Amino acid sequence: MADTFEIRDLHVSIEEKPILKGVNLVVRKGEVHALMGPNGSGKSTLANAILGHPKYTVTSGKILMKGEDVLEMETDERARKGLFLAFQYPCEVPGVRQSNFLRLACNARLGREMDVTDFYSKLEEKMKVLDIDEKFMKRYLNEGFSGGEKKRNEILQMMMLEPEFAVMDETDSGLDIDALKVVSRGVNELRGPGLGILIITHYERILRYINPDFVHILVDGKIVKSGGPDLAAHLEEHGYDWIIKDGEPAPVPAKG
Amino acid sequence: MSAASPDQVLPGAYKEGFHDDLKTVHNVPKGPTHAVIDYVCDVKGEPDWMRQFRHRSLDIFLKQDLPAWMPGLRDIDYDAITYYMSPVNKSANKWEDVPEEIRRTYDKLGIAKEEQKLLGGLGAQIDSEMAYHNIQDSLSKKGVIFLSCDEGMKQYPDIFKEHFAKSIPPEDNKFAALNSAFWSGGSFVYIPKGVKCDIPLSVYFRINAEQFGQFERTLIVCDDDSFCHYVEGCSAPVYTTHSLHAAVVEIFVKDHARCRYTTIQNWSTDVYNLVTKRAFLYKNAIMEWVDGNLGSKRTVKYPSCYMVGEGAHGEILSLASADKGMWQDAGAKLVFYAPNCTGRINSKSISGHGGRASYRGLVQVNEEARNCRVQVNCDALILDPVSRSDTYPVMEIDGNLATVEHEASVSNVSEEQLFYLMSRGIKKEDAVSMIVNGFIEPIVKELPMEFAVEINRLINLQMEGSVG
Repeated sequence: MADTFEIRDLHVSIEEKPILKGVNLVVRKGEVHALMGPNGSGKSTLANAILGHPKYTVTSGKILMKGEDVLEMETDERARKGLFLAFQYPCEVPGVRQSNFLRLACNARLGREMDVTDFYSKLEEKMKVLDIDEKFMKRYLNEGFSGGEKKRNEILQMMMLEPEFAVMDETDSGLDIDALKVVSRGVNELRGPGLGILIITHYERILRYINPDFVHILVDGKIVKSGGPDLAAHLEEHGYDWIIKDGEPAPVPAKG
Repeated sequence: MSAASPDQVLPGAYKEGFHDDLKTVHNVPKGPTHAVIDYVCDVKGEPDWMRQFRHRSLDIFLKQDLPAWMPGLRDIDYDAITYYMSPVNKSANKWEDVPEEIRRTYDKLGIAKEEQKLLGGLGAQIDSEMAYHNIQDSLSKKGVIFLSCDEGMKQYPDIFKEHFAKSIPPEDNKFAALNSAFWSGGSFVYIPKGVKCDIPLSVYFRINAEQFGQFERTLIVCDDDSFCHYVEGCSAPVYTTHSLHAAVVEIFVKDHARCRYTTIQNWSTDVYNLVTKRAFLYKNAIMEWVDGNLGSKRTVKYPSCYMVGEGAHGEILSLASADKGMWQDAGAKLVFYAPNCTGRINSKSISGHGGRASYRGLVQVNEEARNCRVQVNCDALILDPVSRSDTYPVMEIDGNLATVEHEASVSNVSEEQLFYLMSRGIKKEDAVSMIVNGFIEPIVKELPMEFAVEINRLINLQMEGSVG
């Protein structure tokens, strides 16, 4: 219980249109889950609903983090409790310096003012892992960043905030192979007994660099199949059609 | 006593809203009359030409109509206003010589602390007169002149007469005429050829009286190849009646010289702030207006650069924040009379709690101004559905080969930005504040540090409870 992130029979709508139609998923700390699915299956809806984006309405179901009801919390509270979302399209916030933003976020997550020296030495260390230039910190939050820079910035934030559960929404999209390697290096460094990760992706490619423990397939708002890493390889070879055709409801993963 | 406690009007937001009971040395009957002008001229011992100029200006004021486009000024009752009033008799140049009760007022405003900071000079005006004016020895040795405008006229009549009312004649507009009739106080600055005055000259304008008109007049002459940075701040008590602040600022930036003029206007919300500011730029001169409007009931102000010499560069950075009960009609004017000049306007406005911010800009390129380049950016941020923003850009281009770029944007605090910041654990109020402060950052970073801090504080207070 204390080490799980659990989604129970989650139904989510956008403007009254149902998108998720009963998603069940349990991620334990230390595990990496991959959620794959064709376009329009509801992958990003799940990511946004987990953090409480106001456009997405949870019509029924539950999200529990370490037994606590996440849906009762505002977005910022979810984050402070250790939930993280690496955005597919990180937002630009003009005029807000990266360094200021990161410091505020770190202080919020810690619940106290982080020592300035500690903050900068940690930041420097993480930036090295991600091949991020020093000048980066003086720039404004995501403003004018290339797609790759934005994605690296998401992983940097994740490394700085040290979440307990992280959702990565199509972090691989728009990345060339070198950038993908760098991003994966960051995620692999974070991987460990204190963190549960849910990687949302359309393609199997990223899973060659970050090996998942479990793979789930989302089709039309429901997880229709769950399995081990070989499921991703199978998908890469055969596409999504065979699952959609079979249409067998997937077994719900065992609860922890 | 019709003074309202500042706490009743804006909870905690306007800390300059107090007033002090000061004994007045000079006090005249209300209303804009020729008798008041004669009283002022007698008290100040002014030359005849100035007396005639004042009388002529009052005639122009009384005859001239408000321009049809000028916003929300019809309800000013000119007869209810006092046009000359002073709690001091003369301007001191030692802080100890400023009357104690006035020193106390300035202590509360933090002006005495300013004096200890690194400033080239400090001036402080209360109501009609300058209570204090002082300049560092190192600057006066180089020939830098920093006096009240009245003293400037007396001590340096040649420089004064050569420039006074030459860029802004009384006929220019109704409020320039009113200022020309009743002007008192303000600064007279002269920077000699080749002198770089790299520490700012700073002046603080305070209205203490009720139903009063402050008409300071500032004249700055930067001679060839010189530099100066002039900084002004303003505030007033919160009353339930209206006051009027109609200043005129004239600047002459001679060949290869550069001048920067920074204003942080934080009048209380019963002050009509109607100011004419204009700079003449000679060959290769650079003028930068940094104009922050945070207070007042109405502000009508468009700092201007008139490019009269080849290769001049004029720049206006304008920041306006319109909170409840305010209408900031701010903007800029760039007028080109000479070839190969450049100009830039960067305007940012925020409106919240039903406030209204307007950008009004004029770019005029005359026929002889060949090969000029102009860039205009104006961005507005509207915090809630009851607030308003408008843009009125006017372009009159006669010049050959002029390049004019204009970009404008209006935005709200976006749901996506809020979600993004909150997803990092940042509370909603802090996220809104980050977004708004980020929006004005390009202008705030141009301000002296203490102003930047003060602006961020004021904007955060104005935003409280805005964005639902």
